[in-house]
Amino acid sequence: MSLDAKIPGGPLAEKWDRHRFELKLVNPANKRKYDIIVVGTGLAGGSASAALAELGYDIKTFCIQDSPRRAHSIAAQGGINAAKNYPNDGDSIWRLFYDTVKGGDFRAREANVYRLAQISNLIIDQCVAQGIPFAREYGGLLANRSFGGAQVSRTFYARGQTGQQLLLGAYSALARQVAAGKVQLFSRREMLELVVVNGQARGIVVRNLINGDIERHDAHAVVLCTGGYGNVFFLSTNAMASNVTAAFRAYKKGAYFANPCFTQIHPTCIPVHGATQSKLTLMSESLRNDGRVWVPRDPANKKPPSQVPDSERNYFLEEKYPSFGNLVPRDVASRNAKEQCDMGKGVGSTGRAVYLDFADAIKRDTKAVITKKYGNLFQMYEKITGQDPYETPMMIYPAVHYTMGGLWVDYNLMSSVDGLFVLGEANFSDHGANRLGASALMQGLADGYFILPYTIGGYLAGTEFSEVNSDHPAFKEAESQAQSRLNTLLSINGKRTVDDFHRELGLIMWEHCGMARSNEGLEKARTLIQALRTEFWDNVTVPGAEKDVNQSLERAGRVADFLQFAELMIVDALARQESCGGHFNEAFQTDENEARRDDENFCHATAWEFTGDDHEPQFHKEPLVFENVELTQRSYK
Amino acid sequence: MTNAISLTLKIWRQKSPHDKGRLETYPVKEISTDMSFLEMLDVLNEKLTLDGQEPIAFDHDCREGICGMCGAVVNGRPHGSAKGTTLCQLHMRHFSDGDTVFIEPWRAKAFPIIKDLVVDRSAFDTIIQAGGFISVNTGGAPDANAILIPPDAAEKAMDAAACIGCGACVAACPNAAAMLFTGAKISHLALLPQGRPEAARRAINMLRTMDELGFGNCTNERECEAECPKEISIVNIARMNREFLKASFVSEEK
Repeated sequence: MSLDAKIPGGPLAEKWDRHRFELKLVNPANKRKYDIIVVGTGLAGGSASAALAELGYDIKTFCIQDSPRRAHSIAAQGGINAAKNYPNDGDSIWRLFYDTVKGGDFRAREANVYRLAQISNLIIDQCVAQGIPFAREYGGLLANRSFGGAQVSRTFYARGQTGQQLLLGAYSALARQVAAGKVQLFSRREMLELVVVNGQARGIVVRNLINGDIERHDAHAVVLCTGGYGNVFFLSTNAMASNVTAAFRAYKKGAYFANPCFTQIHPTCIPVHGATQSKLTLMSESLRNDGRVWVPRDPANKKPPSQVPDSERNYFLEEKYPSFGNLVPRDVASRNAKEQCDMGKGVGSTGRAVYLDFADAIKRDTKAVITKKYGNLFQMYEKITGQDPYETPMMIYPAVHYTMGGLWVDYNLMSSVDGLFVLGEANFSDHGANRLGASALMQGLADGYFILPYTIGGYLAGTEFSEVNSDHPAFKEAESQAQSRLNTLLSINGKRTVDDFHRELGLIMWEHCGMARSNEGLEKARTLIQALRTEFWDNVTVPGAEKDVNQSLERAGRVADFLQFAELMIVDALARQESCGGHFNEAFQTDENEARRDDENFCHATAWEFTGDDHEPQFHKEPLVFENVELTQRSYK
Repeated sequence: MTNAISLTLKIWRQKSPHDKGRLETYPVKEISTDMSFLEMLDVLNEKLTLDGQEPIAFDHDCREGICGMCGAVVNGRPHGSAKGTTLCQLHMRHFSDGDTVFIEPWRAKAFPIIKDLVVDRSAFDTIIQAGGFISVNTGGAPDANAILIPPDAAEKAMDAAACIGCGACVAACPNAAAMLFTGAKISHLALLPQGRPEAARRAINMLRTMDELGFGNCTNERECEAECPKEISIVNIARMNREFLKASFVSEEK
């Protein structure tokens, strides 16, 4: 079955304007009659809650942390793109659109990406009005920088803390609406079930993480802004609490999951130090502008870097890609680092790292110049590793960073369940098979501030609602589902901890469904995951009580969902018999080891429908039609 | 250099807000000095779980020093002894083999303990709700470059805006004052032209709310500045006081 994305007709540049005019409006006096649930308070959830409340809707906002200011959007370092063309260097809405579609390896929807590029400019205006302290030039105008290999300077930034500042802006707008009585805030709540009544999303069931109570909340529409699923790999740059549960529970209630195998691996992370590592830390990829990546030519050479002369070093990116060198895109740099380590040339105590060397840059530009550019990153590196990157090369290794896949949504950001909207990293819509730097922040805020407030109005105004409250049998059933899962998890009393299972799952996924995939490896991973899942439900131990703060129980529920979701990723990766962006199947590569797409057979988004716990998911596809860009093959030689 | 050390941990255990609470002793062995402090607690929690005991509850999320979720008083100092560092970024190489380490929650009347090391910091959200924002609705903002802001002002605003809302300033202060937190937000917005129209009202409302929530006052101990993981300066408290005085004397807002 083909999915209808409800893309408006007309020329690309006029679609959004036309659609906004065609959408039905909710009368201002009627807006307060609608309740909307927003789950998650990152850039997407925070901005959506604030913008909807400003319009007059009654909002209930939920977050897993103790405060809506802490969602993982806060950790984004680099910046946010916009097509302002302030530097007069040739940027335009069209160029930002084109770069994003091409960067996504032609697996995103043209109309969505164009709208994103259009809205990018409004976001910067809004954020400045909110008081975001963006970097400035001496004359007081906003500063821009080039980021992630873009040929124009379109990235706005607030030191290395752009995500933090944008999130605090959305949080402050949300706080204002809490004070105005338009948003009711429920922090330390975890969504455990979606409630669907007569085919419409009408509420959620959450667990209060302080006293363990299961709560029911009803509404006219539900908005999921619950982020990505990178923690399926156990080690990732995601926050510890980031999880797939809310999205996966919605999937089980009928929302299709699109392109789950599209994950992004970031090349410049601090390597794993040992088996007790709990998460990975990203360092801005701007480091590759001046650092040179190398490993010893001879795998047997285990001398400290200072004793390895240039002739014994293999600057593998510079040698293999003479024109782009160390600046090849994220996926290419990552795959090559892994390849070197697989050949036994990795460095450091675990052998899973490559050097990123600044010695030449310091010699050329002086230490002062390098400090000005990267001082905070060098400091961060030293804090974590105890090594001084001015004296000895950094060690880096790729890590899972972002997931492009997510719940399938149409042009209105509505999933395949009526009234269930999905925003930000949790949806699949804008980044295709690979996300470009500084565009995640842009998408989260575009969805929340400027798209949903229009499209949800169209849905509410055009929909008949029956009287449903939280006493409805569907709520009772959802609550009992959630309750019985918790009871089961607490009663297994096995011998392995939740983290132990999670770590093993992560290793399987990293090995077989990470940077490079093969059909054989994916099949093997599928068997391993099934066995691990069976063992989990027999042998996990979850201490503590249900009606209490119980962080082990919280994690157990999330890992249980990861164990099931991981298999869906494998199924998706196997179904896509091509390589594109972050999905690299070794059987499909060009002579230059680049991802080789198969546009004839796979120019579509895959969307999976849940059909039962022991059944194969149902395959659906949304064909992607490119009317405005020509599909090309990347090359970085 | 990777080394393994053994420590004696004295950790505050408290079942619930009304429980009395006490320090419990836990030995930990073979802790790699490359681990972070929270990873060391993970190791202990894994062991407690397998021994059939309840793990230690502690807040954490990003583990890269920016979300502000983690925090505990380590040997009497919020986030431990390393300067400008959150607990998640404190590494075990700062400890020596055989050390005894005391780990306690933030202690302040306005931050009730929920369980073990977990405290309720929702009072910070309440302070922000009292005025820590600029009242602009979505849409209709002028072009971003229509407002010129000297880089110096933007930099100072950013220095204040770097606050992560962790609460270490309150935990460090003998009066459990939230002046650094509140001062940082008032400064951030007062330094920017966009924030000026509401500056007086903001200062009065946020300070009043801060007092009502049970935070103490500033007596210039400077402990907050010393312990702040983002090294926010107490200049922001002075600026808040100026804003408050100006508002009280000159403004019609009361």
